[in-house]
Amino acid sequence: MKVPRCKGTRDLLPGDMAKFRQIEAQFRDCCLGWGYQEIRTPVLEYLHLFTSAGTLSPDMLGRVYSFLDWDGWSGERVVLRPDGTIPVARLYVENFQDLPIAKLFYVEDMFAFEGTGEESRERWQCGAEFIGGSRPEGDVELLSLALEAIARLGIAPVEIRLAHAGLLRTFLEGLGLRGEQEAGVLDQIFSGNVDVLVDIKGKNPELEKQLQLLFAMKGSSPSFVDNLRSVCAPSLPALEPSLDELARIASLLTGLGFGYRIDFTSGRSFEYYTGIIFGFHSMGRKLGGGGRYDELIPLVGGRSICASGFALYVDEFMDLVEEMPRRERILVKAKDAEGLRDSLEVARLLRDAGYIAEFDLGYKETGDFRWIVDMRGGEGIELIDQLSGKKRRESSPAELLRFLEGAGCK
Amino acid sequence: MQVKLALPKGQLQESTAALLEEAGFAIGDYHEGSRSYRPQCDDFPDILTKVFHEKDIAIQVAIGNYDLGICRLDWVEELLVKYHSDAVVKVGNLGYGKRSLYAVAASSSEAKSLEALESRSQSVRIVSEYPNLAESFALKRRLRRFQIFPAWGAAGVYPPENAELAIVAETSSNRLREQGLVPVATILESSACLVANRNSLQGKDLSRFLVALSCTDVGDIGVEEAVGVGAEAEAQRPVVGEPVVTLAVPDGHQQPHTVDFLNGAGLKIDGYNVGRPTARPRIGLDGVMVKVIRPQDMPLQVANGNFDLAITGRDWLRDHHFRFPSSPVEELLQLGFGRVRIVAVVTQDMPVSNTDDLRKLKRDSALRVASEYVNIADKYAHDNHLTPCKIIPTWGASEAFLPEDADVLIENTQTGSTIARHNLKIIDTLFESSACLIGNTEAMGRLDKREKISHLVEAMRRGVEAHPLS
Repeated sequence: MKVPRCKGTRDLLPGDMAKFRQIEAQFRDCCLGWGYQEIRTPVLEYLHLFTSAGTLSPDMLGRVYSFLDWDGWSGERVVLRPDGTIPVARLYVENFQDLPIAKLFYVEDMFAFEGTGEESRERWQCGAEFIGGSRPEGDVELLSLALEAIARLGIAPVEIRLAHAGLLRTFLEGLGLRGEQEAGVLDQIFSGNVDVLVDIKGKNPELEKQLQLLFAMKGSSPSFVDNLRSVCAPSLPALEPSLDELARIASLLTGLGFGYRIDFTSGRSFEYYTGIIFGFHSMGRKLGGGGRYDELIPLVGGRSICASGFALYVDEFMDLVEEMPRRERILVKAKDAEGLRDSLEVARLLRDAGYIAEFDLGYKETGDFRWIVDMRGGEGIELIDQLSGKKRRESSPAELLRFLEGAGCK
Repeated sequence: MQVKLALPKGQLQESTAALLEEAGFAIGDYHEGSRSYRPQCDDFPDILTKVFHEKDIAIQVAIGNYDLGICRLDWVEELLVKYHSDAVVKVGNLGYGKRSLYAVAASSSEAKSLEALESRSQSVRIVSEYPNLAESFALKRRLRRFQIFPAWGAAGVYPPENAELAIVAETSSNRLREQGLVPVATILESSACLVANRNSLQGKDLSRFLVALSCTDVGDIGVEEAVGVGAEAEAQRPVVGEPVVTLAVPDGHQQPHTVDFLNGAGLKIDGYNVGRPTARPRIGLDGVMVKVIRPQDMPLQVANGNFDLAITGRDWLRDHHFRFPSSPVEELLQLGFGRVRIVAVVTQDMPVSNTDDLRKLKRDSALRVASEYVNIADKYAHDNHLTPCKIIPTWGASEAFLPEDADVLIENTQTGSTIARHNLKIIDTLFESSACLIGNTEAMGRLDKREKISHLVEAMRRGVEAHPLS
């Protein structure tokens, strides 16, 4: 009986893995260049890491893979990591709390149930977290880092979409929503369902109208934030700090020449965000997103400290990046068991020089290779160019390498 | 076209039989106390019925084994809250079997409001026959840290000593108060409802049922509402105080045997030696508390230190250890009574006489192994390389699953007569089981408990020696 793949999972084939490694390599290189250090958190975490208000929403918790471990008789459940940021916060509290700043990055898979089984339930992310970074400069650093990684992968144009979680929360509190009700509405908005606002019937019709307006308007300059301020802040002064922060980030991005759109309907987000939320969009796809989460570290047992981060969604990039040209493959044919040693030595020299040198004892199809190094004659090295059909004889491995380099095949 | 209908046994049986009769689908031998798992609808031979434990019905309809089923809404929600399947459709409310699902605390507890529980820094222990709804409740209420203890029954007995909350079904909040419980939230209102498999509803003519059973709308599952603490509870529960040794004794079939054994051991327990024992019978030993719970739940409860000692079956201890190999529960004494064999059973028609044959049997689909002993069944399948294989948990009436809804059953039997009566045969004996005393290894080392535990264990040991059972 043929055993199928588990529903909602995918295999990464050689072509996929080549792209995956390319995305990972570019991201790692960027992060290391910006002074970030790589970490990896375990796939298994305790469920209760994610259950406090302000971590994951009930909607997301309803889709985590949770189960009892072999020693789980206490009823304490473990989960397959559903999110990258919260485990990093835990890791930070456990290891780096004494440092004023921690700049960390990871390439990890996240797990969430998806009902149809058509989309993958395992998703890879390249994420970076800046713990202790002041605002809004820390946010702008993360935005710049993410944009650099995206640009290195050859994806353009990219649109930054900005929103502000603190501003939304202040609005909902202004409408009289509190506690569970506020969290529920915010959860819906962060899940991309802004229609939930239609159902809000608070005591303040003026604020309701302003909130509708907030979701209807989009802007792309610091002036837009000034306009928002003049409309909203007089009736709800508590919005001022969030508006100030949004204005500063907008000014900084404008100054740096980054294009952006302020859009409060800009899609999925997380309950732990407290300040600026940003997303990266290109060709109709959301490539990643992030935001500020100043209250998360205390929630997982740490001290009060500012933090923000982002994640790029590897699966989205896989469909967009071009596969890098592969290194030249050379087939080395050996004479017999006695000639094996010389042939292995030639193959090793080729590999050291950066070629892919595959070894052959006469059973391999040769069609995939442009170059064949044939040592079966026992006298020197015969090089066959399968593209032109030409053959030549090299007196030594050094000659061979010189010729290949000259032929521009590297 | 054949229509398959899953019917409940137990509390809903009489009202469901009356409803079907009134609707023109009188089903012979389906009434309170009937033992048939496949009662016939004489007027409509194309209606195929099977009787299940209520909890199994929504699952059977969801996986498409049955087109229609009748069970209470709480069991449907227990399935759907965890498995967001659209395979089962709530067709309508049948109006009887009304009850509510409450989150309850003990009236003597300090934390008997949601606010108090939400602000609690320690873990909130929640016991329930509805573990999925219990988890959903805890997540929605944003309880920071919680433990869910699934129970086979008697969940209301646990608070306050052994749990902060229980999620229980009851007909009114006054009934809870009589038991010394306080509702802190109503999770949902429930009654018997008709459920259908979505594919059947889309592709099969079920109209004669849908019309005849004249359902009313099933309301959406209510968002749980906090309930204010009402008048003082009529039955007070003990306030959790000094550490005592706790002993769990079984209800159900094992109760009369346990009573005999304890009497023989000189351990008289007031309130247990009766037809319906009280939840907290009194043993008359200082510092020893006794509670009556399900034997299935005991190993897990002892592992967690909620009880120090318990009288259960080796079968349930083994099922627990297969799931949690390093659990701190051990068998202290073999008590001898309640001897059963745990066996693998198939239908008489299946051309196999042992487990080897079963492994070699050519099949087009996964082998379905049904059992109340999920972990024993799982290990049996692994150890014998029965692959591919699906384990189907059941909640009683397991014989009814063969052959339509399962291929193999892992079941206990005393004489084998029930198995033979259902046209089934035993192909393997996994092990023999009888009652045993189990204890928590950590509790036995505690200075404040050691002496009392030893006293109880020794009394029981003498009881076993004085009345050895063959």
